Amino acid sequence: MASVTLKGIKKSYGVTEVIKGVDLTIADGEFTVFVGPSGCGKSTLLRMIAGLEDISAGTLSIGEQVVNDLPPKDRRIAMVFQSYAIFPHMTVRENVAFGLTIAGAPKEEKDAKVAEAARILQMEHLLDRRPSQLSGGQRQRVAIGRAIVRKPAVFLFDEPLSNLDAALRVDMRMELSKLHADLKATMIYVTHDQVEAMTLADKIVVLNAGIVQQVGSPLELYHQPANLFVAGFIGSPKMNFIEVTAARSEDGRAIVSATDTGPISAPVRTSVSAGQKLTLGIRPHHLALTADGPIAGNVRLIERLGHETIISAALPSGYEIVAALAGDVGLTLGQPVRLAPETSELHLFDASGVAV
Amino acid sequence: MAGPAIFLIGLFVVVPFLFAIGLSFTDQRLVTPNPTQFVGASNYNQLLGLNLLPLEPERDAAGQIVRDEAGAAKYPAVRSFTRKNPDYPQYDGMREWFSVGVGDTQWVVLARDVVFMTALVNTFIFVLVVAPLQGGLALGLALLINQKLRGINVFRAIYFMPVVVSIVVVSLLWRFIYDGNSGLLNNLLKSLTFGAFPSVEWLGQPETALGAIIVMSVWQAVGFHMVIWLSGLQTISPTLYEAASIEGASKWQVFRYVTWPGLRNTAVLVLVVITMQAFGLFSQIDVMTKGGPLDSTQTIVFQAVQRGYGKQDISGGSTISVILFVLVLSISLIQRWLTREKR
Ligand SMILES: Nc1ncnc2c1ncn2[C@@H]1O[C@H](COP(=O)(O)OP(=O)(O)OP(=O)(O)O)[C@@H](O)[C@H]1O
Ligand SMILES: [Mg+2]
Repeated sequence: MASVTLKGIKKSYGVTEVIKGVDLTIADGEFTVFVGPSGCGKSTLLRMIAGLEDISAGTLSIGEQVVNDLPPKDRRIAMVFQSYAIFPHMTVRENVAFGLTIAGAPKEEKDAKVAEAARILQMEHLLDRRPSQLSGGQRQRVAIGRAIVRKPAVFLFDEPLSNLDAALRVDMRMELSKLHADLKATMIYVTHDQVEAMTLADKIVVLNAGIVQQVGSPLELYHQPANLFVAGFIGSPKMNFIEVTAARSEDGRAIVSATDTGPISAPVRTSVSAGQKLTLGIRPHHLALTADGPIAGNVRLIERLGHETIISAALPSGYEIVAALAGDVGLTLGQPVRLAPETSELHLFDASGVAV
Repeated sequence: MAGPAIFLIGLFVVVPFLFAIGLSFTDQRLVTPNPTQFVGASNYNQLLGLNLLPLEPERDAAGQIVRDEAGAAKYPAVRSFTRKNPDYPQYDGMREWFSVGVGDTQWVVLARDVVFMTALVNTFIFVLVVAPLQGGLALGLALLINQKLRGINVFRAIYFMPVVVSIVVVSLLWRFIYDGNSGLLNNLLKSLTFGAFPSVEWLGQPETALGAIIVMSVWQAVGFHMVIWLSGLQTISPTLYEAASIEGASKWQVFRYVTWPGLRNTAVLVLVVITMQAFGLFSQIDVMTKGGPLDSTQTIVFQAVQRGYGKQDISGGSTISVILFVLVLSISLIQRWLTREKR
């Protein structure tokens, strides 16, 4: 068990800087998820922690020890790859025991540890099969088994579930959650799937273009996004953004309006000045149909999911606002609607995108 | 689409081959006034005929073995059995290939065609030495140059260069290298040993000639097999290497557990290709030694060509090529079976 500390970590490939200075502390036993769009540097950051990529600048510590120059095997980590990376010519048993074989462990120890890992992952019946005889989910289980056997201080996962189908992904997600609860090890998990991030994480690190956008618990990120990027990235369907102008602010709230909407009162954490250009963020789930809502538009799209109805409505400016309405709502295309936001759940961002 | 290809393969491969099989059962010569006749398997007998002749030492009247001053037993001449001896018609026309002494008895192995037997043995030696040596060296080179280094392509090109040059040209060049007087190899060895190394006529002595040809042949084609290995290496997923490095595998363990198993199909291919090429050993012999000295570099294909064209014995040459075909086919099948995927 160990904490992981990153100080000013940077990574460049030639002249292109991919990771632009990351400071981060991951506590012992914490489940931390790196999320971000494709190409933002999640894998690179994880691989630097693993020791598979050199660190261009900064210091990386695992526990009390600076590990910048240690080879992967001495970092007390185990890694699970998206492509499983299990050895095709070995049986499941041999794969799981690989690290022990390498270390020259006696057979009894290998058998005991493999049995233990197989029990945790419920794959005792697979031990004598070869990878070609396994499904994707079973292969990933083998890879996780190989990691467990190492008894690492830190588990590293690079999109371990993204090659699996949706249903299996949900199952494996729960199992990983359980595994974390059982092993109480520090885990760092890379994904670009925000649902995985929200459900698994104790702490989410949102990355964009090699820069940490926000670090926090899933609900913190959901309720208090630090900037436009995080606001837009976390939550599904995506948050609506409307360009507004502040009219006045009072008691921690600002009254804003736009050509599309009537005046709306939104909470502010700092302060805004009258006439300031702002972006108003409204989550689709925080919109409701009312007769006198400040936002008026025409229904352009209806998606009925049974438990909720997602509609898209065109505002006068042409912007299409998305609302997730509870239950089955009887609407038809082209119908004019009025929507009212839940005023406690609104977000305002200044011109540079930072939450105000 | 495949029509023209099938036609051409038929015309230039299948038909001549069927001809060869047919001719191997006749007495066809290149130019002859006599009509061709069917002779059954006699060509095969002529080439492959073997017999064992136990020679008892000569004894005096008292039954004692006659010995010379050095104490060596005296044996009757092999010739007395193989030259028109009506008591031993089965040995007629055969020659001594080699003999082994067991107790007092000298077992003489007789062959109907000693030169062809030598050619068979030489070819097998060549294959048995070249296959592991060339395959192993090529793998070593492939591992060395399968790295992301600046200018690594230059090395790849250099190692591959001998493959591009015609084997005839390479053989001519190596004749100069092996030259007994001022050859490159002799000069090199001399300067390395400050003149202590005596000049060797590498291609002119039965003891060194085949070895010299083996070395040169290995050098010439090693680049080709290196490229095959290289393509095999590049099919192995890099994440497997990363997984192994996280588990702390040493270089050797990485090779043993990741690289080598991943190269299994490539290994079979390389092995079969080298074996088939080695069985076809001809150009080097033709350019460098013509089978000599003292038949020490005779090979199967060289014999086939020499008989078919040199001696105008078309049926003999055909028979040799059919024998070679059967040999290579069965060895390839055995290799396939030995290296099959075990479940
Ligand atoms: N070896 C390399 N040389 C140059 N650039 C690289 C190299 N490896 C990665 N990159 C660049 O670094 C950036 C981050 O890559 P990385 O693989 O970390 O992205 P990611 O966040 O994991 O994306 P994904 O979700 O698609 O896996 C990308 O823009 C990529 O092009
Ligand atoms: Mg990635």
